[in-house]
Amino acid sequence: MSEIRLEQIPHLDELGHLDRVFHPEDILKNSRTLREREKLNNKIVPSLEEAIRLSGLKNGMTVSFHHHFRNGDYIVNMVMDKLAEMGFKDLVLAASSLSDCHAPLIEHIKNGVIRRIETSGLRGKLADEISHGLMDVPVIFRSHGGRAYAIETGELPIDVAFLGAPSCDPYGNANGYSRDEEGGVMCGSMGYAKCDAQYAKKTVILTNHIVPYPNAPFGIPESDVDYIVEVPAIGDPAGIMSGATRFTKNPKELLIAETAANVIEGSGRFKDGFSIQMGSGGASLAVARFLREKMLRDHIKASFALGGITGSIVDLHEEGLIQKILDVQSFDLRAAESLKNNRFHQQISASYYASPSNEGTAVNQLDIVVLSALEVDCDYNVNVLTGSDGVIRGAIGGHPDTAYGASVAIVVCPLTRGRIPCVVDKVNTVVTPGKTVDVIVTDHGVAVNPRRKNLLKNIQDFGIPVCTIEELCEKARKIVGTPTPIEYTDKVVGVVTYRDGSVIDLIRQVKG
Amino acid sequence: MKQLRRTMLFVPGNNPGMIKDAGIYGQDAIMFDLEDSVSLTEKDAARFLVYEALLTQDYNGKELVVRVNDPTTKCGVDDLEAMVRTQKVVIRLPKTESAEDVLVCEREIARIERENGIEEGSTRMMAAIESAAGVLNAKEIAFSSKRLIGIALGAEDYVTDLKTKRSPEGIELLFGRSMILLAARAAGIDAIDTVYSDVNNEEGFRKEVELIHQLGFDGKSIINPRQIQTVHDVYTPTQKEIDKALAVMDAIEEAHKKGSGVISLNGKMVDKPIVARAQRTLDLARAVGVLK
Repeated sequence: MSEIRLEQIPHLDELGHLDRVFHPEDILKNSRTLREREKLNNKIVPSLEEAIRLSGLKNGMTVSFHHHFRNGDYIVNMVMDKLAEMGFKDLVLAASSLSDCHAPLIEHIKNGVIRRIETSGLRGKLADEISHGLMDVPVIFRSHGGRAYAIETGELPIDVAFLGAPSCDPYGNANGYSRDEEGGVMCGSMGYAKCDAQYAKKTVILTNHIVPYPNAPFGIPESDVDYIVEVPAIGDPAGIMSGATRFTKNPKELLIAETAANVIEGSGRFKDGFSIQMGSGGASLAVARFLREKMLRDHIKASFALGGITGSIVDLHEEGLIQKILDVQSFDLRAAESLKNNRFHQQISASYYASPSNEGTAVNQLDIVVLSALEVDCDYNVNVLTGSDGVIRGAIGGHPDTAYGASVAIVVCPLTRGRIPCVVDKVNTVVTPGKTVDVIVTDHGVAVNPRRKNLLKNIQDFGIPVCTIEELCEKARKIVGTPTPIEYTDKVVGVVTYRDGSVIDLIRQVKG
Repeated sequence: MKQLRRTMLFVPGNNPGMIKDAGIYGQDAIMFDLEDSVSLTEKDAARFLVYEALLTQDYNGKELVVRVNDPTTKCGVDDLEAMVRTQKVVIRLPKTESAEDVLVCEREIARIERENGIEEGSTRMMAAIESAAGVLNAKEIAFSSKRLIGIALGAEDYVTDLKTKRSPEGIELLFGRSMILLAARAAGIDAIDTVYSDVNNEEGFRKEVELIHQLGFDGKSIINPRQIQTVHDVYTPTQKEIDKALAVMDAIEEAHKKGSGVISLNGKMVDKPIVARAQRTLDLARAVGVLK
């Protein structure tokens, strides 16, 4: 090797930072074994408090969470309790969604620990209190795709992400399951957490299960992780997921599902290689069963199924009727097991799933989506967020993302729930704009958006009786009457954003 | 076209949710129950609820039936007062043991029709036979009134009366079913079979439907919309049956042209009863929409 003098290099100033010459003595070779290194040199910190301190979190900053543990989640409450104990104030809590189990946040809001919230949805006592004016600053609601987009564009900057993971190695390769061991807590896909880990300034993984390196495959790569905290429990397994979401036996839901499957068949999109997303609600889940019979009969296979994945999708996949699964969220244990074991069951991030930043985003490749609704109106607008009493009781989820992306967006919903009409003149809260909603399937009839003339013709020609949305609305009125309008104050408690971040509706404080 | 009565869905008269949704399924008839599924304290409320539903709700042209309480009681008479006035329902008389039971009910109905300016005789009836005495009197019951559109078996009370219980094979019901069927056929009215209570036993249900279809019943009472499709599957003529019936009709037309009443088709003799059966198959196929 010749002696190196930097000035010998022509055009040195154009070649970047070439200002040092290699010296072998700078290298410290580590001759420890893998297991020794894992033990001595890793990202595990002794406590949550220590991780928070190291993260550099300050008052007023944004902390983020995922909702893959659904109503069994321990992470949000555990971290917020600790942040309150450490004296933090005015934090922005940005969760991919919040559930009934997060009622303890009410105290943190009252005590000024949390100043504002960003989420896809709210339920239970927390939702009730917020609807009745608990917070000074309104909650911002984003769809899954909209949240990913806001994170990517910097509209929602995350300072520290606290992400629960059912398995993580000492360097931060984390996942919703572990291929090394059977059993333990599982949540399947970590799709919503992936964006947070990638874009947060600091990422803390909380896990009850540190596994040996490498935790492959991983949902979150070690390059996105700064600190790891081992905790005794990350969630209640029963609340995180149950065995397999069971088919409904409710005859009304079965009727709606069968009609929806017929609509799919008659839509003109039911062809070999089609793509589909189905929800986890009773009726949309049962669509899979009726569709299966048609696929077997006509020798039709789907190229992929997207979205929240259930055991019924996995059944179709294992039967060879769906070639690939793109999984942003696993709804049941059967789905999580499949993600772990099936080669063509792919974990995807919320951005890959639905961000409007990417033309190739998965929702834009959908032929058909089957969605549920709390309310639909005569302009085909859909509400999945507020109940008939005006109180927040749901989540946007991927509703507007998939309705926009899919070639045919089918909304399934009973005409009435108890005494509540579900097809109305105007929805309480517009979450998904009617321009992107194509077919409404109820137990009392099917309506097709008049904007979709060809689709209407296809469905009619197939022999499905179609009525107008106004006729459905009138039918509902005839059965249950017209509800007394909800009384609101002027105070805005929630801002509903569309997937691009524009404001699509406001939620006001409920009186009383 | 003959009124189809393959499936008659029981709907408890005190359940608003089920009453409001009863019209959305594919069954042929709805039977609102004011009798055994409604407790004594709910009788008035149920009567009011069913009455209002009949006047305000759209049941998509389905045949509507109301099972009233014993018309010799005040409750039963009140039921009749309300239901006859709607002019929309068939009155189902429960626990019919004799022709006189039917006539007692009929007299009340006739009185209510007269008092309310409703055409006398326009309210139709059906009678449920639910006891040993009723089965033995099936013939006189079936012939007792022109208002009757059919008679039905109510098996739960019947097997209790027989001092037995229902078996999966239904051997204990064979005599009762046969009596009711023969009585109905002799009187030219419909025969409706009893309910099958084990909703989750789809295989057992299908077997029972196949049995009563083979016996000759017009249809079956059902307690859950999930049972509708099975009955309709069994009762819908297959394409093979339809093709055969069409061939029979062609053959007999040919025979008539030649001035004969009998002809051979594929080596088998075709005569009057075979033609009648073929005609019935085609009527049913048209009624259920599998033949245009």
